[in-house]
Amino acid sequence: MNAFHPYLLDRRLGVARTAVWIVLGILVMSFFRTQILGHGKYQLQSETNRLRPIPLPAPRGVIYDRNGHVMAENVPGYTVSLLPGPEANLRSTLARIASIANIDSAVMERVLQRARRAPYQPALVLGDAPFNVVSALEERRVAIPGLLIQAEPKRSYPDSAVAQLVGYVAEVTEAERTSKFAKVRLGGLVGKDGLELQYDSALRGDEGLRFVEVNARGQMVREAAAAANLNPVPGTDLHTTIDLDLQQYIARMFPPGQRGAVMALNPNTGEVLALYSAPTFNPNAFVSGISPAYWRTLSESPTRPLLDRSIKTRYPPGSTWKLAIAAMALKRGIVGPRSHMPIPCRGGLQYGNRFFRCWNAHGHGDLTLTEAIAQSCDVYFYQLGIKLGVTSLLEDANEWGFRGRTGIDLPGEIPSEFPTGPEYYDRLYGPRRWTSAVALNLAIGQGENAQTLIQMVRLYQQLASDGRMRTPFVVRASTEATRASLDLTADQLATLRRAMIAVVEQGTARGSRLANLTIAGKTGTAQNPHGLDHGWFIGFAPADKPEIVIGAIIEFARHGTAVAPLVSRAIAHYLGIDERTAAQLQVTVPNDSAPAPFRIPLVPDTIRPVIPDTTRPSIRIDSAISRPPTR
Amino acid sequence: MLSRVRQLDKALVISVAALALFGLATLYSAGQTDVPTFVATIWHRQLVWLGLSLIVAGLTFRTSPRMLEWATPFVYGIALFLLVLTLFIGTGAGTAAGSKSWLAIGGHRFGQPAELAKLAVILMLSRHLAAMREPPATLRDLIIPGLIAGIPCLLVLKQPDLGSAIVFLAILFFMLFWAGTKPSLLLLAASPVIGLTLAFSTVAWGVWIATLAVLLLWWRPYVWESIMIMAANVMGGVLAIPFWNRLAPYQQNRLLAFLNPDVDPRAAGWHVIQSKVAVGSGGLLGKGFTEGTQKRLAFLPAQHTDFIFSIVGEELGFVGVLVGLALFAWMLFSLLRVARKATDPFSSLCVFGIAGLYFTHIVENVGMTINLMPITGIPLPFFSYGGSFLLVCSLGVGIALRVAWESRQSGYAELGQ
Repeated sequence: MNAFHPYLLDRRLGVARTAVWIVLGILVMSFFRTQILGHGKYQLQSETNRLRPIPLPAPRGVIYDRNGHVMAENVPGYTVSLLPGPEANLRSTLARIASIANIDSAVMERVLQRARRAPYQPALVLGDAPFNVVSALEERRVAIPGLLIQAEPKRSYPDSAVAQLVGYVAEVTEAERTSKFAKVRLGGLVGKDGLELQYDSALRGDEGLRFVEVNARGQMVREAAAAANLNPVPGTDLHTTIDLDLQQYIARMFPPGQRGAVMALNPNTGEVLALYSAPTFNPNAFVSGISPAYWRTLSESPTRPLLDRSIKTRYPPGSTWKLAIAAMALKRGIVGPRSHMPIPCRGGLQYGNRFFRCWNAHGHGDLTLTEAIAQSCDVYFYQLGIKLGVTSLLEDANEWGFRGRTGIDLPGEIPSEFPTGPEYYDRLYGPRRWTSAVALNLAIGQGENAQTLIQMVRLYQQLASDGRMRTPFVVRASTEATRASLDLTADQLATLRRAMIAVVEQGTARGSRLANLTIAGKTGTAQNPHGLDHGWFIGFAPADKPEIVIGAIIEFARHGTAVAPLVSRAIAHYLGIDERTAAQLQVTVPNDSAPAPFRIPLVPDTIRPVIPDTTRPSIRIDSAISRPPTR
Repeated sequence: MLSRVRQLDKALVISVAALALFGLATLYSAGQTDVPTFVATIWHRQLVWLGLSLIVAGLTFRTSPRMLEWATPFVYGIALFLLVLTLFIGTGAGTAAGSKSWLAIGGHRFGQPAELAKLAVILMLSRHLAAMREPPATLRDLIIPGLIAGIPCLLVLKQPDLGSAIVFLAILFFMLFWAGTKPSLLLLAASPVIGLTLAFSTVAWGVWIATLAVLLLWWRPYVWESIMIMAANVMGGVLAIPFWNRLAPYQQNRLLAFLNPDVDPRAAGWHVIQSKVAVGSGGLLGKGFTEGTQKRLAFLPAQHTDFIFSIVGEELGFVGVLVGLALFAWMLFSLLRVARKATDPFSSLCVFGIAGLYFTHIVENVGMTINLMPITGIPLPFFSYGGSFLLVCSLGVGIALRVAWESRQSGYAELGQ
C-alpha cells in the first residue's frame, strides 16, 4: 500500500497529534508547578535573594630579570567603585563623595561613562585610593549607597629604566575587546606595550568572582554569606634574560636629556641583556588611569618617551655599516685583510661628474682593509662598494635580513628598510637612469638604507660569535630556527675583529680604550636631515672571546665617538672591570661621516653621456679598478 | 490579490500573525530594563525583520512545490557550502560569542547558515523520501536520509553549536516517521542516541542494552542489522566518556547544571536558577507587562534571545504562558492538517518537516526556561530576536500556505476550513 494513502496518513496524523498534546501537556504541567505551586518560594527569592557577581581581579605574574630582581610586581591597593543603579542615583552619590575622595567633574563624567558602558558591573571611581580616603569613605558608608571598596593587587613598576621594555597595563578599550582581548571584561586591565603586551595571556591569570546581595534598587545589602567566592587564579611569573643591574647602569650613564637607545646582547645565545630607550617615562602613571595632563606631556612631547627607540625607530646606519660591506667583500673573496684600493684617500673621490668626499678632508693616504675600518675611511669603502657592485651588495644585504624584522619577542618591532634589488632603483629613477654611484652611498651606510638598532646589533652579534645569526629574545627564543649565517671563515671573522679592535685602540673610538680590556667595535655617524647627526657605536668584548655585544645610538650626538665611551663603560661594568679609567676619558675626534649628499642627485642629461650603463662603466675610476666579478 | 488573500489558510495565518505580535511585544518588554542597554531598541530592528519576513513569505507563497522540488538540490548545496565557509571565516556574536556560527564578511555579519541549513535539510529529505516507492524498511534505506541530515549536523557540531545539531536529528526522526517508516525501525535507528544518553549511568545503560536485545529478538530484523545496532549501542556507551571530554567546558557545565542546577549555583546553574525564579515569581497573572523585576535588574541572562519566554512567564504569569503555548499549539495543528491534506508526498513531507522544526525549537526553548530541557541556546520561533531564524520561519510558513492553497485548488480540501 502507498505510504501516503489517506488511511495511513490519518493514522500517523493521530499519532503526531497525540504526541504534540502530550508534550505540550507536560510543558503546561511544569509551568503550573513552577508558577502556581512554587510561586511563593520563587516570589520570595526574586524579592530577597539577589546576588550580584563582582569581579575579583587576579594578581598579574611578576616580571623578573635574569638574577631574580623584580621589574614589575603587584602591591596592595584599594579600589573604590559604585554598584550599578539608575544614573541619577549614581550622580548624586558621586556628588556626595566628591569632597572626600577628591574627584572633579571630569572624573565624575568618566565614572558615569563607565557605568553606561558596563551597566551591570560596579563602576570604578578610584583605581588607587589612598588609605585615608578609604577610611573616610568607610566611616560614611551608610550615607553612600552602593559603595564598594575592594583590596586589589595593583601593578607597580619599581624602575623606569625598563619602562619601554616592560611596558605597562591599562584598562582594556572597546576596540581591543573586539579583537585581541575578547575574553577580558570591560574595565579589566591588560598589557598595552612591551612584555606586558607580548606575554599578556600568561601574565594575566583568571579573574575570580565574589557575590554580594543587593536590594531592589540594586544597592549592596551585604556580602552573600552562603556564596563561596570563586578565587582568582594568579598569572604566571615571567623570567627574562635582562640584567637589571646593567640596564640601570646604562640608564645612569646615558647622557641626561639626550634621546637614543642602548641594547646589550649575549652574542653566543641571542639573550637580550639590556634594552634601554631614552627618555623614559613613569609606567606607574598608567596603572590606575593616567591623568590627562601627564598623557598630554607623554604623547605631545617631541622626544616621544613612549617610543622604544631600539626596535621602533630606523636610523641610517652610517659607518657601522662598513663592517657589513667588509664582510660581503671578504665573503666574496674580493679583498683580503691587506688589500689596498687603487686610489689612495686624498680627501675624496671623483666618480663620474661628482666628487664624493671623505670625512677627513686631509685624506688618509693608502690604507689596507684593517686600517680603512679603523680610520673609517670613506674613499676606501667607495671603491670597495664599486668592486662589490650594486647587485651583489643588495643580494647579500637582503640575504642577511637587513630588510625585515629580527623577530624579537616584543610587540611593535618595525622592519628595517633596504632596497630589494636593482629593480628598486629602476622604479625610483627609471630603468637605466641611475648609475653605480648608488653603490658609493650604500657602501658607507648612507642612501636608501635605514636600520633599527636591534638589526645592527644583530650584525655585530654575528661578527662577535661564529658568524651564525641568533634571534634576540627577552623571554623565549623564537621557535623558527634561523639558519642564516654570514658564511665567513674563522680567519675572515678574525680579520674583521682585529680591525674593530684597531678602531678602539688607535682608530676613531680610541677615547674609549680601556687599559685592561680589549674592546672591538665600530663608530658610526648617521646623517640626519632634521638636524645634527646621530651617533652610533657598537662594540663587543672581550675581543678574543666575546661575551657581550652592546650597541648604542644617541640622536643628535654629532658622531659615534661621543657614544663609544658609554658602550665601553657598560661593557666594563658588565664584565666586572674597573670602569673608572674609561669614565675619565673624554676625547673628541673628528666626524667620520662623509659629507656626501644624502641621496644621489641625478641629472640624467648630464650623467648619461658619461655613464651610459651600469654594466658598461666608462669613467675614469674604472680604468683603475677592475670590474666587480659578476655572478 | 485580495481574492488570493481570502484563499489563504486562515487558521495558519491568524495563529502565526498572533505569535509574531506577541513576540514583538515581549521583545519590546525585554528592552525595558532599569539601566538601558542595547536591547532597549532592538524591537525596532525586529520590526524591520518582520517586514522582510512578510515579503519573503509572500515570495515563497508564489513558488510552486514543483519549482521548490527542482530547486532543492541547489538550496541544499548552497547551505552546505555556507556551513563549510562558516567553519573557516565564521565569527561569534551576541549570546553565542564563543562559537563560530556567524557568517561575516568584512566585519558585517550576514546571518547564521545553520538556520538556513535546517530548512535545506527538510527540503532535501522531502525530495528523497517522496521519491521512494516504499517507505524505508531496512537500515540500508536509512543510509541516505541519515547522510542528508548527518553532514550538516556534523558541520554545525564543529562550530560548536550542540543545540542546532540536535535539531537536525529531530527533523530526521520526524520526517522518517511521516514517510511511513515502521515504529520498530525508527526506535532501532534512534537507539544509539538513547544508548549514548544513558551511558552516564551504568545501571540504566545495562537495562537499556538488555531491553534492546529483547526487542531485537522479538522484531527479528536482518542479522547484520541486529549486529550493527547492537555494536552502535555498545560503541555509544564506550565512546560517551571521550565524547563528553571533547565537549567545550561551557557545554559540559550546561548539561551538568541541567541535571542539578544547585550543584553550582554561582556559575553554570546561574542562568537556569534565575530563569526559574523569574517564571516562578510570575504566578498566575504575572507582575504586569514590562514590570518584571528579574528582567529589569538584569538577573535574566540573554533575555532577548534564549530566555525570552521567561519574560512571558514573569510578566504575564501562567495565563500568559497558556496563551503563548495555545497559539503555538494552534499553529502546529494547522501545519499538521496542511501536511495531511497536501496533494503530493513532497509537499506533505515538507510541511510536516517544518512543523517538526518549530516543534523542536518550541519544546527545547520553552522547556529550558523551567529546566525541563538542558540549555542549548536555540531560538524560539517568532519570539527570539534574530533575523536569520525569523526569515527561515517565514519561509516555512510561506511553503505551508502554498501547499494548503494547492490542495484547495485541486479540490482535495474544502474551502473555508
